[in-house]
Amino acid sequence: MPMTITEKILARAANKESVSPGELIMAGVDFCLGNDITAPVAIDEFEKAGFTSVFDPERIALIPDHFTPNKDIKTAELVKQMREFAARHDITHFYDVGRVGIEHALLPEMGLVGPGDVVVGADSHTCTYGALGAFATGVGSTDLAGAMATGQVWFRVPESLKFIFDGELGPWVTGKDLILYTIGNIGVDGALYMAMEFAGPAISSLSMDSRFSIANMAIEAGGKNGIIAPDAVTRSYVEGRFRREPIYYESDSGADYVRTYQWRASDIPLMVAKPHLPSNTVPAADLSNVRIDQVVIGSCTNGRIEDLRMAADVLRGQKVHKDVRCIVIPATQAIWKQAMDEGLFNVFLEAEAVVSAPTCGPCLGGHMGILADGERAVSTTNRNFVGRMGHPGSEVYLAGPYVAAASAIAGHVATPDQVGVRRAA
Amino acid sequence: MNAPSRELGAVPGGSAVIIGHTWRFGRDVDTDLIVAARYLNMKTPEELAAHLMEDADPEFPQKVRPGDILVADENFGCGSSREHAPMAIKGAGIPVVIAKSFARIFYRNAFNTGLPILVAPDAVDGISEGDEVQVDLSTGLIHNLTTGAEYEAEPLPAFMQELVAAGGLLPYLRQHS
Ligand code: SF4
Repeated sequence: MPMTITEKILARAANKESVSPGELIMAGVDFCLGNDITAPVAIDEFEKAGFTSVFDPERIALIPDHFTPNKDIKTAELVKQMREFAARHDITHFYDVGRVGIEHALLPEMGLVGPGDVVVGADSHTCTYGALGAFATGVGSTDLAGAMATGQVWFRVPESLKFIFDGELGPWVTGKDLILYTIGNIGVDGALYMAMEFAGPAISSLSMDSRFSIANMAIEAGGKNGIIAPDAVTRSYVEGRFRREPIYYESDSGADYVRTYQWRASDIPLMVAKPHLPSNTVPAADLSNVRIDQVVIGSCTNGRIEDLRMAADVLRGQKVHKDVRCIVIPATQAIWKQAMDEGLFNVFLEAEAVVSAPTCGPCLGGHMGILADGERAVSTTNRNFVGRMGHPGSEVYLAGPYVAAASAIAGHVATPDQVGVRRAA
Repeated sequence: MNAPSRELGAVPGGSAVIIGHTWRFGRDVDTDLIVAARYLNMKTPEELAAHLMEDADPEFPQKVRPGDILVADENFGCGSSREHAPMAIKGAGIPVVIAKSFARIFYRNAFNTGLPILVAPDAVDGISEGDEVQVDLSTGLIHNLTTGAEYEAEPLPAFMQELVAAGGLLPYLRQHS
């Protein structure tokens, strides 16, 4: 029976010849992770249930990234609980300040997750790793406790949706714009419980960083996972980096999809999602009447080196608008160093933006850039729910790095063209 | 433990028949609304319940009474994976959530942690805020005592019934691994 890439990975993990949508399976987990919000709850549950050992100390990552460096006493206590649990069970991949980065940027970068894997994370954006051709999905803390103890997790095999992007991307358009466009089209539950498979020439032309942005936001359409079949771009990213043997799967021709969407990439402009849902999308160029107070460039969606380069391309030689605070957050230590070595920090500092230590920080309204009542931000993050970045009366506009940087200069939502920045040849 | 598929089975943490007043919410209630991230430095049901639905209605934590029932349209619990959301709901003494559909991570968290949830689109359409509703968790029958109308929730898949019978995910895994 022809299978999709998602079904093939799940069949392997469940030790079955084949699986089909709707089937409930117990699957072996290749890697699991939790953060400073979810892991402490998982550890409580693990201990309450009476488990005394983990299934494999090499295949668990505990990443205190959300409130790092610890923002208050309570978060310091949460991270302390993780640190002690990691020490007690010899968990190798616990990373503290100075080594830690945002989990979904850090794990692929370190080669801890890769093609063909089944990864569960107690964080909804675990779906990011689907960009590598892995099956990766967010679960809760109790699931993580079960996975840490037994290496097993239950799944309902998802139906698949296919999204084909034909042709070439328009000027300034990135993976973030494609995924915002997709969510705007199908809605925040348009892929509920389903796998979202992305394909087509425009996807093949994308860098790994742009692919991570796409898979990252599958959850924003309700998807179980986002996935892109590995190709030459994936292989060159994975080679010499991934610490286990990759398994490269692709969907069979004739595999079953609930629905196939096919779009011309060149029709898709720079996109913005207005408050308070990621599906509330409009072309960025239409929002120049929206004044803003803050710009955030970072997160597991767009805090990678390519994103920082894009922001720097727009900010080079310009100044952040006098009424705007522009906060740049490289997602990991390695990205931070790379950006520094490339001179990007000079660009940001000369533009009067600030550069933060790697952290989730303002993305979830944690710290390092919280909004007051009535304030508005353009942010390269992935959620614009009520109160996501601070006061329930504040607003978040989601965009890619080019729009975020251009908006920082303009003081309102803007595209690079609107602030007179010309594209490097 | 092969209960017939129309039966919901006893849901851990919940007594079979519940009567309560309802609070009615719309679609796409996200986990940031259920419990905002600024409170995620806490992790007990009691602490979290003090902030339940605060960004939707700052008075809600004071207004909600133990035994009240949450009723919502599609995609309840969308957004983050935080188990703090079902924990805050349980902490407020809410015995069941009825919705047209649930976001998938919230759905698994509810089963894994023993918060009873029912998918019942017709019932949701037939319930207004403040209605008194009787829910039988073992059969999935929902009786709106205010209007007199009766509804049936969608039956649980057999595997979910096994999880429920075992008392949640971790006891289930302990039995099966
Ligand atoms: S950057 Fe934002 S979305 Fe990503 S893991 Fe951190 S809090 Fe979650």
